[in-house]
Amino acid sequence: MSDVRITGVGMHPFGRFGEMTGTAMGVTAVRAALAEAGIGAGDVQAAFCGTAYGGVAAGHRVLSSLAGTGIPIYDVEAGCASGGAALQLGAASIASGQHDRVLVFGIEKMPKGIIRSSFFAPWQEAAGLSPAPAFFALRAQRLLAETGLTEDHLAQVVVKNRRHGVANPDAMFRKPVTAEEVLGSRMICPPLRLFMLCSPNEGAAAVVLERTGGPGSIGLAGISLRSHLPGSVLGEDSPLCGIDDSAITPPTTLAARDAFAQAGLGPTDVDVVECQDTDAARELLAWAELGLCRPGEQAGMLADGDALVGGRLPVNPSGGLLSKGEPLGASALGQVVEIVRQLRGEAGERQVAGARVGLAHVIGRGANACVTVLVA
Amino acid sequence: MSPEPIDPTVLRIDEGGVTLLGGWSATSGLRHFPPSPVCPFTGADDVVPVDLPRTGTVWLHTTVTVAPPGYSGPVPYGLGIVELDGDPLLRVVSRLSGEGLHRGAPVELGADEVPGPDGAPAVTWVFHT
Repeated sequence: MSDVRITGVGMHPFGRFGEMTGTAMGVTAVRAALAEAGIGAGDVQAAFCGTAYGGVAAGHRVLSSLAGTGIPIYDVEAGCASGGAALQLGAASIASGQHDRVLVFGIEKMPKGIIRSSFFAPWQEAAGLSPAPAFFALRAQRLLAETGLTEDHLAQVVVKNRRHGVANPDAMFRKPVTAEEVLGSRMICPPLRLFMLCSPNEGAAAVVLERTGGPGSIGLAGISLRSHLPGSVLGEDSPLCGIDDSAITPPTTLAARDAFAQAGLGPTDVDVVECQDTDAARELLAWAELGLCRPGEQAGMLADGDALVGGRLPVNPSGGLLSKGEPLGASALGQVVEIVRQLRGEAGERQVAGARVGLAHVIGRGANACVTVLVA
Repeated sequence: MSPEPIDPTVLRIDEGGVTLLGGWSATSGLRHFPPSPVCPFTGADDVVPVDLPRTGTVWLHTTVTVAPPGYSGPVPYGLGIVELDGDPLLRVVSRLSGEGLHRGAPVELGADEVPGPDGAPAVTWVFHT
């Protein structure tokens, strides 16, 4: 992937925006990315749109609004990894020689509350066997039981990410929270409390990929999308049964190995990370699954402030999904926009000093994980 | 008329109460739930139907305090994962109820009633202490 460069990025902030359509948010993000790349909508050879709830031909609506149709426009759905899947396909279309310049964007406009998904059969919903926060909570229970991590550690993740989010104008929540406030927030599914869960919301993000890029462009050094191997009852595909999963490699690890191999890099080379923090435990799991630490080392990393901006390995300097919210189709590309800004040194108060290698990670329904490695 | 199973391919109701319907593949040596034409763990297609054990132990448990979309039964309710008796290991997602739910607690299968997808009462399963 060394011949794929990111030459422009753009965002519509993540949050809730009343009557504004997902299409309008997409137009904002796409125009910003095109402007950075110094091109118009007519100058890309293909467009890839990640969205899970955008409806039929959601990407076409955005390109139509910019008089940019006529090119192939692919709408890509892969749950929480939709934007990552779109980016992977866009990058592959350049790496394969098919295209020289493509647009990748993600849009979403989601209702408040627990995400509803056509993934589950109606009987399973009626039986109460579909609530996403409960499955997150069961995974968190296992993490706490097997590693000695506690609810205090979960709270520390929230405090860290919300502290980072204060400096991000694209985030939904920009007020810091204390551990006491997190542990005093409403219990949703033990051990997960309201502040430990991200909010499904609205937003858009876009990137322009090119075969060649000038100074300031960022290299897309590796990207991999992997789904789950069968067997784990706690897989993000939320099956109703599972077997002994102690020898089953999680999809995040599969994708990280692929992406690092493409980049010729490893976890110790990474300077800044954006990872899936659907809930606070998910972030701590991701640290180990990505190889950023060994299982059980999370408590020490939290105690040392390693993952804070200014620490040894800052994670979620954007504030993460816990601060930004999670517009499914846009969230992965929002992470990539953040990493690009970090690697360009344009992240302002949340800048990770001297960052040269960044990693973005998402995982979600269907258990697709996407890991992207970016190099300045 | 007594309520019907919430999904007849998942559980059966008879004089003995509810029974969870599973599948077993000789090739993979693994049980699964609910029954599938192929073993969901190996892809083996020699699946035969089996009735799953009515007893097991709690592996993980939580409480659902907010009704999820598509659910109109009571809240809060227990939700967790039960390791069914027998070998090899089979973990099943289930509603949970009773006092003293904790990791390793023995539980037994029972019937629970919730509004089905069409709003009519339907029988689902619950493991209780």
